[in-house]
Formats: sequence, C-alpha cells, structure tokens
Amino acid sequence: MNSHKGTCPAQGSRGLYDPRYERDACGVGFIANIKGEQSHGIIEKGIEILLNLSHRGASGCDPETGDGAGILIQIPHAFFRRACAGLGFALPGPGEYGVGMVFLPVERHQRLICEGIVERVAREEGLQVLGWRDTPIAADAIGRIARATQPYIEQVFIGGAPDGDALERRLYIARKRMEAEVAQSEIRDKDFFTIPSLSSRTIVYKGLLLASQIARFYGELSDPDVSSALCMVHQRFSTNTFPTWRLAHPFRYIAHNGEINTLRGNAAWMAARQATLQSPLFGADMGKLFPILSPGGSDSSMLDNAVELLVQAGRTLPHAMAMLIPEAWAGDPAMPAATRAFYEYHASLMEPWDGPAAIAFTDGRVVGAILDRNGLRPARYVVTGDDTVILASETGVLPLEPGQVRFRGRLQPGRMFLVDLEAGRVVPDGEIKERLAGRRPYAQWLRENQATLEDLPDPRHWLQTDLETIVRRQRAFGYTAEDQSAILAPMASLGQEPVGSMGIDTPLACLSDRPQLLFNYFKQFFAQVTNPAIDPIREEMVMSLATFIGCERNILDETPEHCHTLKLEQPILTNSEFEKLRRVSWRDFLAITLPVFFRVGGGARELERALQELCRRASLAIKSGYTLLILSDRGVDEEYAPIPSLLALTAVHNHLIREKTRTQVALIVESGEPREVMHFSLLLGYGASAVNPYLAIETIEDMHRRGLLPERVTLEGAIENYRKAVGKGLLKVLSKMGISTLQSYQSAQAFEAIGLNRSLVETYFTGTSSRIEGVGLDVLAEEAKMRHARAFGPAAEADPGLDTGGRYHYRAQGEYHLFNPDTIRLLQRAVREGDPGIYREYAAAVNDRGRRLCTLRGLMELRKAAHPLSPDRVEPANEIVRRFATGAMSYGSISREVHETLAIAMNRIGARSNTGEGGEEEERFRPDANGDSRRSAIKQVASGRFGVTAHYLVNADELQIKISQGAKPGEGGQLPGHKVDEIIARVRHSTPGVPLISPPPHHDIYSIEDLAQLIYDLKNINPRARISVKLVAEVGVGIVAAGVAKAHADVILISGHDGGTGASPLTSIQHSGIPWELGLTETQQVLVLNDLRSRVRLQTDGKLLTGRDVVVAALMGAEEFGFSTAPLVALGCVMARKCHLNTCPVGIATQDPRLRGRFQGRPEHLIGLFSFIAEEVRGYMAAMGFATIDEMIGRVDMLDTRNVSRHWKAKGIDLSPLLYSPAVPGRVGRRCTSAQDHGLGQALDHELIERSRPALEDGTPVEATLPIRNVHRTVGAMLSGEVSRRHGSEGLPEDTIRFRFTGSAGQSFGAFLAPGITLSLEGDANDYTGKGLSGGKIVVRPGAGTGLAPEENVIAGNTVLYGATGGQAFFSGIAGERFAVRNSGATAVVEGVGDHGCEYMTRGTVLVLGATGRNFAAGMTGGIAYVWDDTGLFAPERCNRSGVDLEPLVQEADRALVRDLLRRHVEQTGSPRAARILAGWEAQSGKFIKVFPREYKRALGIPLGAVDGAVDGDAAAVDGDAAAGDGRGAGADI
Amino acid sequence: MGKATGFLQYQRQAPRRRPADERRRDYFSVYLPFPEQELRTQGARCMDCGVPFCNWGCPLHNNIPDWNDLAYHGRWQEASRALHATNNFPEFTGAVCPAPCETACVLGINQEPVTIKAIENFIVERAFCEGWIRPVPPECRTGSRVAVVGSGPAGLAAAQQLNRAGHDVVVFEKADRAGGLLRYGIPDFKLEKQVLDRRLDQLRREGVEFRCGAHVGADVPVAALRRFDAVVLAGGAGRPRDLQVPGRELRGIHFAMDFLVGQNRRGAQDTPGPGEAITATGKRVVIIGGGDTGADCLGTALRQRALSVHQFEILPAPPDERAPETPWPLWPRMLRTESSHEEGGTREWAVATTRFVGDGDGNLTGLDAVRVGPPPDFTPVAGTEFTLEADLALIAMGFAGAAVSGLLEQLQVGFDGRGNVATDDGHMSSAPTVFAAGDMRLGQSLVVRAIDDGRRAAQAVDRYLRGRARRQFRADG
Repeated sequence: MNSHKGTCPAQGSRGLYDPRYERDACGVGFIANIKGEQSHGIIEKGIEILLNLSHRGASGCDPETGDGAGILIQIPHAFFRRACAGLGFALPGPGEYGVGMVFLPVERHQRLICEGIVERVAREEGLQVLGWRDTPIAADAIGRIARATQPYIEQVFIGGAPDGDALERRLYIARKRMEAEVAQSEIRDKDFFTIPSLSSRTIVYKGLLLASQIARFYGELSDPDVSSALCMVHQRFSTNTFPTWRLAHPFRYIAHNGEINTLRGNAAWMAARQATLQSPLFGADMGKLFPILSPGGSDSSMLDNAVELLVQAGRTLPHAMAMLIPEAWAGDPAMPAATRAFYEYHASLMEPWDGPAAIAFTDGRVVGAILDRNGLRPARYVVTGDDTVILASETGVLPLEPGQVRFRGRLQPGRMFLVDLEAGRVVPDGEIKERLAGRRPYAQWLRENQATLEDLPDPRHWLQTDLETIVRRQRAFGYTAEDQSAILAPMASLGQEPVGSMGIDTPLACLSDRPQLLFNYFKQFFAQVTNPAIDPIREEMVMSLATFIGCERNILDETPEHCHTLKLEQPILTNSEFEKLRRVSWRDFLAITLPVFFRVGGGARELERALQELCRRASLAIKSGYTLLILSDRGVDEEYAPIPSLLALTAVHNHLIREKTRTQVALIVESGEPREVMHFSLLLGYGASAVNPYLAIETIEDMHRRGLLPERVTLEGAIENYRKAVGKGLLKVLSKMGISTLQSYQSAQAFEAIGLNRSLVETYFTGTSSRIEGVGLDVLAEEAKMRHARAFGPAAEADPGLDTGGRYHYRAQGEYHLFNPDTIRLLQRAVREGDPGIYREYAAAVNDRGRRLCTLRGLMELRKAAHPLSPDRVEPANEIVRRFATGAMSYGSISREVHETLAIAMNRIGARSNTGEGGEEEERFRPDANGDSRRSAIKQVASGRFGVTAHYLVNADELQIKISQGAKPGEGGQLPGHKVDEIIARVRHSTPGVPLISPPPHHDIYSIEDLAQLIYDLKNINPRARISVKLVAEVGVGIVAAGVAKAHADVILISGHDGGTGASPLTSIQHSGIPWELGLTETQQVLVLNDLRSRVRLQTDGKLLTGRDVVVAALMGAEEFGFSTAPLVALGCVMARKCHLNTCPVGIATQDPRLRGRFQGRPEHLIGLFSFIAEEVRGYMAAMGFATIDEMIGRVDMLDTRNVSRHWKAKGIDLSPLLYSPAVPGRVGRRCTSAQDHGLGQALDHELIERSRPALEDGTPVEATLPIRNVHRTVGAMLSGEVSRRHGSEGLPEDTIRFRFTGSAGQSFGAFLAPGITLSLEGDANDYTGKGLSGGKIVVRPGAGTGLAPEENVIAGNTVLYGATGGQAFFSGIAGERFAVRNSGATAVVEGVGDHGCEYMTRGTVLVLGATGRNFAAGMTGGIAYVWDDTGLFAPERCNRSGVDLEPLVQEADRALVRDLLRRHVEQTGSPRAARILAGWEAQSGKFIKVFPREYKRALGIPLGAVDGAVDGDAAAVDGDAAAGDGRGAGADI
Repeated sequence: MGKATGFLQYQRQAPRRRPADERRRDYFSVYLPFPEQELRTQGARCMDCGVPFCNWGCPLHNNIPDWNDLAYHGRWQEASRALHATNNFPEFTGAVCPAPCETACVLGINQEPVTIKAIENFIVERAFCEGWIRPVPPECRTGSRVAVVGSGPAGLAAAQQLNRAGHDVVVFEKADRAGGLLRYGIPDFKLEKQVLDRRLDQLRREGVEFRCGAHVGADVPVAALRRFDAVVLAGGAGRPRDLQVPGRELRGIHFAMDFLVGQNRRGAQDTPGPGEAITATGKRVVIIGGGDTGADCLGTALRQRALSVHQFEILPAPPDERAPETPWPLWPRMLRTESSHEEGGTREWAVATTRFVGDGDGNLTGLDAVRVGPPPDFTPVAGTEFTLEADLALIAMGFAGAAVSGLLEQLQVGFDGRGNVATDDGHMSSAPTVFAAGDMRLGQSLVVRAIDDGRRAAQAVDRYLRGRARRQFRADG
C-alpha cells in the first residue's frame, strides 16, 4: 500500500524523500458468525487474532508506537443506545441511524469548525446530527510518537433519512462532502480530519497502535454490550515511522494486505472518467462525490474509495470486487465460458487494480475475502463446528481444539470467499461467479459489440517501405548502426530481446554529449521487497498484453455498448494492420491522423508552439467526433523535424485529461522513433493504446534485403519475430513491476525521469518523479535539431552510413565509456607492475570530469579543509580496506579460479568476498595449508536458493539477501545447461547439463513482513552472521530501506543501476534502476529522518572505480563499499562482454576449461588495487581534514555542486536534493552505532537446543513433545545451525533428534532443517514450512481425533519446501501455492497442492496424492514428480507442459518408488488416502502420472519424444521457443 | 555476431607470401591471394569484444568487429560499406599498414590476433572486383572551392571527403602523377600502382580535379591559392634526416627516398628525376636505418641484384616477443621481419656509422662503424670498431619535418617545435583559411594516420566553410 501522504502535521517531501512512495504490508483477518449472531465474544476473539498477527506488523524507532492497527465491527446498537442516553440524546432503532467515527484536530477551536462543517453538510444533505460522543480513550495505552500525533476522536450520530441502502448512500454523499470541504478549507490542522467510517451498519476503531494496545486504547471494546457478528482486523507494517493515524486499516469496506502496483494508472483513469459518471441513484448529486479517490490516501484507501463508489451506485460488494480485482481469466482453460465473458466484458469497462492483494471486505451484511490473480498473499480459513469462520493471513491465529474444526481451507488465486450473514451460509466461489456471470448476457454482448483487427476489412493499400530515403529518415530519428546490429537484428531473427553482460558505464542521458532520444531520460520502476516481480515466462497464464480501444462509457452503468471496443491481442501494429485502423469506420469508430512536427530552425519556441497546436487540433478532433487520434511523424523533411513521439503523446494525453475528454478517445502512435522495448514501454506506460513503429519495420525490411538477417528468416517472419520480441520484452517490463496486464500498465507511468527539469515534467509528464532538474524543451529541441542536421545537413552525404552508436559496445567514435581501452590497460598495468604512478594515471582518467561527464558524482567537487591533516594522522589503508567487499558473482557465472582468487585476496586483507547465488564448495570452508582461506565471508541468499544449505549458512560472516541486482532488478535469470558442469551441479544441488532458473522474486518475500520473516530465519540459523539486504536504487528506495531496517536487517546495500551481470536483457541493463548516488542519499535521508540510521550499516556499489568514488559514497552516507567490475578488470577482464556466451577470452566469466586456463589474475593484483584505492582515499581524507572514515559518513556538506559544469545539457542540473541533510537532534545517529534487536530470545529453539544437548554433543538420540503456536516461528532453524556447526553437512544420523508438536506452527516451520532432526506436527502449519530443508525430516498431519478427512483439508501454507536441498517431508493434507518451488533434493509427499506446484524444481522427488492447482511444473528442469490424478484434469488443465513430459507409471523402478513413498507416508502420517491407494494398488497405479522434465531427460541421455505411452499425444509439443529462447534470453544469474 | 567460439576452433592464418626466391625476381606483390573460405574462417575468429581494442588501436577507428562479422558471413557488399564508413582507402592500409589494430586485438592477450589487415584487404579487393566501388558524387554543390596541396594519403582523403560534402576540390601535385608517397615512396611489391590508379579514377569521376606537375610555391605561384575559399596543405614531411659524419660528401651516398622514387618511376615506365637515377645492381649496399623505409630499400636493392646488402640499426635488436615495457594493447617493441628481410641481406643491430670511407676520387668504398650501447647514450663499445666495404650507402633515418622553403615560407605558416606546420584544434594554421593535414602537420607517420588526419581536416574545413557561409548570409541579410 503506497501511502500518499502522511497525516498531521503533514510530512512534505524533504531532500529526496517523497511520501508518495511510502509502502506497507500487513496481517489481515476476520472472524464471523455465519448465522449472523452477534456477540461480544466475536470482538474478543477478533482482538486475539490481531494479537497473534503482531509479528506481521512493526514498530519504528519508538518500540511502543505501532504502524497501525484496527478493527471493523457491526454497529453495536445496544451499547450506543445506552451510551447516548447517558449523553442526553436518544437513538432510533437499529439501522435507522449512522455512526461516524471522526478524527478531529486536537486544538479546540479548529475542532469546532470541523464539527460545524459536519453538522452543516449533514443538514444540507437532509440528515440530522443526533449528537456527538467523545470516544473514551486511554491515551497512556499508546506510544510516545503515536500520542504526539493523536487526533481528537469523536463519534457522531446521524439520523433523519430512511434506513437501509438509501441511508447508506446519503451518509456516503455527506461524508465525501465533509472530507472535501475540510480539505479545501483554511483550517490549519485540517490534516487531522478523517472520517474512518460513517455507516448505519459498520464502525471502524483504528489508530497508530500496536495490536496489544487497541483494547485498552478504545476501552469500550471491552464492554459486554459491544457485540457484532463479525470482526475484521488489520495489523500494519509500514516502511516509515511517520505518524499516520488515518492510514491504519480497516477502511470502510476493506482491509488490505498487499500493494496495488498499478495505482497511478488506476487513479489517473478514475480521475479522467469522472466526467462520464452518471447514476440514477445519485442524479444531480454525482458531483458531490468528486474527487472519487480522496487525494492523499494510500493505495488501499483509494481502492476502498473505488469499491464504495461501485457499491453505492448499485453493484453488490462481490461484483465490485470481481470487477476491480479480476481473476486471470484470459489464460485459464478451466474457467466456464460465461465467467470468462463476465470478466472480458468488465475489462472493456475498466482496467484491473493489479498487485499482490489479500483483501478482506464487508458491508456489514456479507463478509469475505479475495485474493489477487497471482495468489501473492496468504489467506487461510477455518470453519468451526459452532458456525464460526476465521480467516487470516495465517492459520492458528486462534487456538482451537482439534474437534472444533469442521473445515480448513485456503483462499486460492483470484478466488473469493464469502459469508452471507443474512442468509447464514458460506457461499462458494463457484456460486458467486456463476451468479455474477448470469446477471447479463455478457457473452452475447461481446459477440455483437466487440471487434478484433481481423474483423476489420483489409486496406486497399498501405504505405510501403521506402528504401530510397530510409537512411535519411533513420538519421532523423537517431538510428545508429548499433541499433540495427545489436537491437533489431537479434529481435527480428530470434524473436528475442538481445542479451548483454557487464552492466553499463556510459553517461546518463542528461550528461551525454550526443543527442539522446527522450526515451533515454527515463528509468523503469521495478518491484522490490514490498511487492514481488512476476515471472512472465513461467507464469504466463496471469499475463496479458491485450488492450481495448474505444471510448469509455459510464462505469456505473451496464449496457451492450460498454463493450463496443476493438480488442488488440497486443499493442504493436505492423504497417498494414495500422492502415486498417487509420481507415476504420465501424459504428462510431473514426480515426484522424495528427502530424507531430516542429519547424526545426525555431528551437524550443517552435517546439512548444507545435505542441500547443497539436493539443488544439486534438481537442477539435474530439469535438468533431473522432474517437481514435493517431499521432504521426511520417513525412519528415528538410524543414520539419519530428517532435519526440513520447513528448507529443504526453502533451496530448495530459491536455485531454485537463480538458476532461481523455476517456473519449484512444491515442495511437505512428512513429519512426520507437524501436526498443523501452520505447514501447514508455509510450504505452504514458497512455498510448497502440504503437505502429513504421521505421523499425522498414529498417527490418531494409536489413532483410541487404542480407543482414539470417537467410532462414523470411521478411514476414522477421517482422513477426520483432513483434514477438517486443511483446516478450513488454511482459518482462510489466512483470518486473509486479503488473500482470498491459491494460493496467497503460498510464501507470511506472518510470522515473533523471535530469528533466520541473517545468517540462509538470506540463508533459505530470506526476512523474524527476529529482535533479536538468533538461528542458530547449535541449530536446536542440537534440532533435542535431539528428535532423545529420539527416538533412550539407555534409550528410560525405558519409553514407549511420553513426556507429557505441552504447552497448565501446567504439572510439561512439558514446563514452568509463571502462575504455585506456582505463582498462592502465588499471591492469598498475596492478601487475604494482606501480602507484600508473594507478594515478588510471584514477585521473576515471575521475577527470572536466573532459567527460558521465556520472552524478562526476559533477561534484570535494571541499578541502581549511586545515588539512598530515597524511600520517589519517586512518591506515589496512583499516580502510576492511570496509571493502567484492560483489556477488556466483561460482557458475565466473570460473572457480576467479571465485577463489577473489576470496583469497579479500580474506588476506580482512575484507569480504561474496559467494553470489550459487553455493560454495564445502572444502573451501576450511583454511588452506598455506594459511589462505578460499571461504567467502558473505554468503548470498537469492531467489534461486542454489546451494543454500544449513551448512552453507553457518559458514558465513554475513548473509546477504539479494532482493534485486543492479543490471536487472526485478528479474530472475538462468544458468544455461552448458555452464552447469559436474562440480557446479554438485554445489548447486542439481544435475550436470540441466539449466537452472532463478525466479524473479524470492517466493518467500512478497512483502515487507515476509522479508522480516526471512531475516529472522537466517538470523536463527546463524545468529553470528550479520544479515544484509541488497536493494537497487530507484525512487522510493529509501523508504523501502526504512522498512528493511525495521525488518531488522543489519546491513543495507544500495546498488546502482550500473552494476554488472553475467547476462541480462539489454533493456534491463540500460533502462532500469538509477545511480547509487540518488539511492544512497535518499536512503541516508529517510533513515535519519526516521531515526533508523543508527541501527543499520549502509553499503553501496555500482561501478565504484577509484578512491574518489569511495570518498563520495562515504560522504553520502555509506559505511562500506562494494566493487565488482574493477576487481575483475584488475584480474584481467577486458570487458569483452561475453559472460553470457561462456566465451570469456581471459577465462573469467566462463566454465570452458580451455578458457579457464587463460586466467592470469592473482590475489596480489586485487590486493594491489584495493591498496591503491585506499591510499587514494587517504589522500582525499587528509585534504578534507578527516582522520577516520567514520567521521566522513553522511557529511554531504563536504560535497560541492555549485560549479556544475557549463555543459550544454548538464548546466540545468540541480544536485542540492542529494545534499540535503535532515535537521534532526544530535542524538539521532547518522551512521551505525548500535545493533538490531532480532528478538531471538523468544525462539522456541533455545528449548529445543537445550533438550538436544546429548544428541549435539555425542549423538545420543533425544525425543520430546511440545505444544506449538503460530507465534513460534522458524522452529528448528537455530537447532539446525547447531547441528551443522558441530557436525558439518553430514549432520546426524536420521531421527537422532525427534520433536513432536501439537498445534498450529508458525511460519518457516522446519526451515533449513539439518540431517538427523525430525519434526513432526499434529495440527497444521503456515507458509514456508520446510524452507531450505537441508536433510532433516518434517511430518505434518491433522491432530488425532479431528474427524476431518485429511485429503480435503489444508494443512500447510504457501511456498512449502522452497529451495530445499535434501531431506523428507510428509503432509497428510493439502498444501498451498508453490509447493516444492525450486526444490533441489527433498523428497516430499502431499495430498494436494495449489497453483504452481514444483515450479523451478531442479532435483528431488515429489508425490502428490490429489489435485494440483494450475501451472504445475512450470520451469521445472529436474527431479521427478508423480501425481495421482483421480479427476483426469491434470494433463489437460493443470500441468504446464512446456518443459515436461507426462508419462504413465509403467517402469518398475517408478512403480517401486511410488509404492515405497506411499508406505512411508502411511507409516509417518497414517494417511487414509495413501492407505486406500496402496490397498487398491493395481487399479490405482494407473492413475499416477509421472512428470519428467525434458531437460532432465536430456541430461540423463534419455531420448525425448519417443516415450512409451506418453500421456496424450501432444505431450511432446514443446514450446521450443520458450525453452530454447529462454536459455539465451536469461543467462547466468550472478 | 560472428561465431562465438570461432577463436577457439580456428588458428590464425596469416596471408601467405610467394617464395622469396620467386618474388626477388619481380616487383609484383609479395602476397598470394587469400582463399575466400579461409578468409571467412579468419573472420570467425573475431570475438566482437565489448571493448574492441582493435578499434582503439586503429588510428582511423575502423569498426573492425563489424566487418569481421560481415566477412565471416560472406556479406561482402555490406562489409565494404562498413569498411568505407571510416576509411576512404582501405586498399592502401590493407596493403601497407603495420596494423596496430592487430597488436591491440584482444585475442593477442593469449593467442594470435585476428588477421584484420588481410580481411580488410580482401573486402576492398572484392568490392573493386564486383564493381561496388563507384563514384559517389555529391548531390549538390556548395559553391565553395578548396585547394588541396599534395596528393598523398592525407591529401587524397581530405579531397574526397570535401568533394563529397559538395565543395569543389582541386588537388595540386608537384610530381607528374598523383599519389605522393603512395606512388613514389612505397615499392611496387608492397603496393602495386594500379591499386592507386583505380582509386584516383574514382576521385576524378566524383569531380575532384587533379593538377599534376604543379608545384605550388615553385612553378605555381602561391597567389594562385587565393582564388580558393580554403587551402589544405598535405605536402608530407619530406625533409630527410641526414647523417653528419666525415665522408658524407662522397659519391654513392644517397637518401633512401631518392633511391625508392627512382625505382618507382622506372616501374611506371617513367624516367627517374635528377638525383634519383640510383641503382644497386652489382653493388655492395649498406642501408643506414632499420625501419620500414630501410626494409623497402633492402627489397628494392635485392630486386636490383645488389651484390650484398647490409642494414644498420643503431638500436639494439628488439626481443622476439613483445617487450615488457610495451604490454598489450600497446604497439609492441619487438623484432619484426618484413617480407624484404626474408629475401636476403644482413641486419646489424646496435651499430653506429662513424665515418664514410672513400677511394680518394670521392667515391664511397666503405664505412667505419662501431657497436654501441643502448639508448639514450648509445655509448660506443670499445674495441668493436669495424669497417664494411660498400659502394652504395642509403640513408633511411627518417624525416625531420616538412620542407620549409617555397610554399610554406611564402604562406608564412607557423611551425611547431618539431618542424611541422602548427595548427589549432580545427586544423587551421597560423595563416587564415590555410589548413594542414597528414605528415606535414603530424610529422612522419603511418599511411593510416595520414588518411585519418586528412578526414579530420576535411571535417574542420567543411565546418569552417559552412560557418563562413552562415556568417556571410547574416551579414548580407
């Protein structure tokens, strides 16, 4: 939930902190009596649930101030009648009046004005204020900071209108007006004013509270008269610590756990469509509701606003929820056609509110919950024998006797859970959807009103490629030879986005001497921590590129015309398709082409004039009835240059929004400019419905004609490939933001601008963040002119070709690179010859910002002290180097020799090397005979969890959670099979030759509280290691970092966008993430403002090349410094950028033994480099008067930006926001001075370890039985750490330590369980059970005497056995989504799983004795799964067969294995289903399907395709493209 | 691009030379044609580096990886296009360039570098063969007139670029044929002159006017240049460095360039000029200077059937491999064996000539020499004095800058400390509208540098002319 604004007193943005990027996540739940019987007990239990979700919330610098908690209940009429009588006014009957919970200014006078407004508005709306009641509160129950910002809390009672829906609607209108009037008033403390609820049915009690404080704070909640049939609760975990009373949940209808990624787009569209809103229920009152979305709210509060609009205008609550948060309807073959039509129809009405979301909702009459299409938040529920239903983010939030439980379930992705309190029953999802789908003949409406491009007549002719003028036009749009060879050629020949390596080292667009396309000034957003990225390849079913063109209609109405749209399956149009649109005349579809040029000689003034003219014409076109506006730059000539297509688009888009006509037209871009994925992303992300890249297509034709594409590719094929590559790229861009559908990405403006000035951004990119000023229309006009001159200037003839480019690969005549032949050769020579003089030449070449501007730090000067220190008083170099670390480069992406050289060098100087994501050979944990150590001090834990065993984790000084990586934040990766040799396979617990996929997100981190959980897990297994979290700089990273600090990380690493990579799409390398200077300073500022800085250390990295870079980083707030590229270059890397091809010519990024032999680097080279850097640092320190690094940290006042160069572009840049230093009291630390409290003291494992002493010490078996609750998290991990530390990876013999638990286990039960430990649980378990299982054994079964059929009940949560490397797990019951995701060695039996089972699995065995969810085996490259498919749905609907073969259980070895597993399952859990299957083995064995990954088969040498009796014929229909393509596409994840 | 693993699969194949015995008997090119398939395989060895050091090592910054890949794929026409994008005359560099690109090639770190030069040569020869190299006249003319003085590689490059930019270009050449050092300095066996002629033909057809036998400052008055809007001086650095030791006045002692020019004129069926009619036939020859010019003299002397040839170099013999003080990717100090060295003669290292010895009639009969220590002192090693009999001594000790008398004197251009024409950043000399390019500006250097400097000068002149046109336009308007 991205909060939009803090409350009182308003926290404006300071420096780089922008409250728009606040985020949070939470625990959510409700309890209800199905029959609608009210009781006080429900409230007591609700509060108990809240308490048991406490670990999902957080507190900031003041441990007594929570981030917010609240409950929503039905109006307790009996209580209020009594209370109000005491106050001297009587209430009418239940339901005949509304109660408002009102937060008011504390200061009396201002409060009275607000109350006056409330009363007046009520009166004007025909209502009557019956009376006010001071809500009794216990001010001392809450924390210091909460108290300081606490509003005055009153209740207002309003009657005077008929009851029921009419009263609710009246109250709604009144509340919207009250909010708007106060917001527009002059009242000083108006920010206090909020109405958390005003309803005749429900009331909200919330505040800046901890769960434990709520009952005491709101004393009346303990009153026995306060009763309700439902209680919805919410516990917030926010990234900030600023006081935000109003942002606590629940809101009026919903409580939300998650984040709406598409909020900007949703909000923009909602604002735009206000003009079309109409409803007979509101009539002329419609305008009183504006703005529909209250400004300054969070994403959740805005979603709540949208829900209440739809509900108040007549839709049912489930209907509204299904409309806002639809299922993944497009990719689900199992969905009934009518339901799909319902969703498709509503897709024409509005775009989804997309993002991880578990939302509890209620209107007081029904209560329910819905999960987003990806199922990215957990929601478990229990129905008890006494008609109570409990739903929460976790199971076990209320203690229940086993016999009480009637059913245990979980909410599935896209599904709804609903309790109808009036009907007194639970309504199943199927029934809800069926009822919704049956409301109207949606399918028929669609048939009759919706068209696709194919339905439109073919144009008689279209504009053909003009090869005569192509070079000239290419130049006018800034094409380079590299655009052709590096971008278009691979896309057109392979249908893939091109892949590169080693990051970027070129200037930011705003610092480049060369004319840059406007696109290059933007950077993509990406998801990190607060929401997960999606895997658009393996989880394609949730993704969609479909867009709907047509004018929008009133969303409060429902007519066939609403789906009168043109549906495009994807938004890139070929030249012929586009001509169909241009000439479309079908009902009211009518297109007009608006030229977008400006007179190039006239500079900025002409450009601005042309934009105004364009907007004027657009308005005129709308008035004339056109519905498609085509912005076209076809026809460039000597005099006119094209307006940058993005600028033309945003000018019109924003103009029409201001004019409130935006929803009446679709904007389509016909431009010669866009060619890369980033270009299309920007155009679509800023509001285009479709794009015709005519010149890119013509260029492909030209290249085809010239033989520059492979011969096998036809011209049509090439264009289709290109379009496919763009489509895949777009999906990747969306998915890294965590957005699933293009429809909700459009207008979401998920970009940050770097170096565009404020007036440009405010006018044309309204709402986009651009923090350092810089370029305006004048420079954009100048750049267009430079391109134009290249096309039409007099000397254009002397050179017949295109400019060379030089962005991706260095070219002497091309773009500047920090690593160029001169810097590379000087650095290598300096370290090889140990010559400080040559190092100084190198450093001068890098630092010399006079000649070349490249980085933000290059724009700054270091201030000198009035009294420099003598160099001998400065901290010695050998102390400074201890702050250095090498970056995470996995063994696998780089060769063993390099990996070990890095470790040896770093260990020799007391610095740290990093394993990267790929494990480490055990032998390296022991020192070498010569005293060297090849053990990496930092062990990385990344999304693939390769080689992450208990033993690995205990052999670390630091555990680094890689959330994202500079070169490709928000993306996963792939180590191609050819790089996986025998040893790498062993270290990564996989099979040689089998490709290894790293998922885009950590499947145990979908939100901030999940990260806190992983930190807790890691701290448990290795309490001695510090936990570091690696983030990539983007706007808002400081706020994320604050959350990470609150999640108890010890170190936060802020990586720059320019970090290296073994392989990544060029789009990602070039266009995502921002410089570390921006991220680091933002982080420092936010952490200091929140008083969180003193408990974490900050590290930064991203092309740190010299001592000067280190000094700047320290002054900006970093305590530690990471280096990757420079060390590699010192060891011989020549930036060949071949890492992804395994052909590194100097033996570094390769596993080819022939090439590895060429590696010439030695530890001394690296040590030399770091000594040189440290000495350079010391020189600066002496000049600046600093004796120690500690003194320098955060001293931004020593950076001088006054002399920002006179460069034609850079001169507008203003770096002062980076240099802002929050004015806080001296006691607030500006660097790390204390340690985090990880709360390990309460861990159950202390007791387990105590009881296990005999086993730990001499292997004597131990056994014990203990109760367990959901608040006992990560049980078994600390014990496993002990076992691994003492007994190595071998651990103890099976069953040496045996613990039996009863109850509901908390998250991460049995995480990293080491060999020899067995945990068996009677009851149920939560998410992440068996995470990283490392050889131990986990058994989970229902408690004795429950009477439940285990195979029908949910017994474990989501993401079970994630990254397991070995061991066994038996579950007698159903598990949630992503069972055994990335399993690489565990054997598991389960009786049913959710979606995405066995995803990315690389080794191990899984037996599923029941139904699976959808997308089983996606990205599975190794191991075997056996599925007992009773329904026959597995093969046709449930399994993702792009990478696996399905075979019957015919081979004896398989049959024996399955029988053995069944026997063991019965033995361990007593499973009735397993027993039945065994009993009827001969009949039942035919129902087993063996899931056999093709890559695994290939590695084992088993021929593909020719499988005896493969399960249905098309099993071998490989999506060859996905398989082969991916291999090239994703490359090694460093 | 290219073949990712090509460099692991294929070995370097250098261009093959004809047998020394055979080629010593004629002046045809020493190289055999490269078979197409083999050459493409050589192209496959290119790694398309992220930082192509070849591109950095090449003074022209040729986009070598681009055309290596095109060569590998056999896309010759595209390759030619890419090649000509940075180099007007790849056939010259393809023949005579010492290829600093190859010594900077990344493969050279641990393997033999890509045979870049042979690929370049193949591409351009193929392009000529296929008729792809056609005149590219400008679409329209600017009306500005530019004089280029000198028709060596710098002058020709400047002329072609300026002409293509639409200016009217006249090239003044003091010799009776255009080409400068390319024609007269480089022996035919290294650069066959039809290679030069076919390129000159292209320039002529594009509209460049050549006035040969027009020695500006001598038989053409400098005033004639006033009619031009700009002048580009590209007259080379022809002033040879002399060896001032006793006996220098003896007959039989010549500058190497006079000897080479004489042979080149004979090769073109022309008559050698005064002072150029030097032959080595039947003589004992000593070449003083161990560089490229010396090697050219060696090959020429052998072809003229000298009795014996000795080549003296004052520096000690360089190592067989790259010397440690010139690590990759720098231009290496190392022993280079030119084709001429394979053909015969004796190389003497660390030798300084102390005196020419005559027969009393003023004819050279030998020279006295001594072994010396390393630079910079070159201390003579006592007791190593020796005498070598010789009838012909050729001084090939490099060049000391441009010839000052005549043209430069009359134009009153300034000079830098090394005797070259001094220019500002825009290639303009101290005389207004007079620009300089090539060796005349840089001092003695490589053909590839001359081409590069000619291109840069052309760019500067074009910028100057367009700016002037704008200024005039404003003044008029």
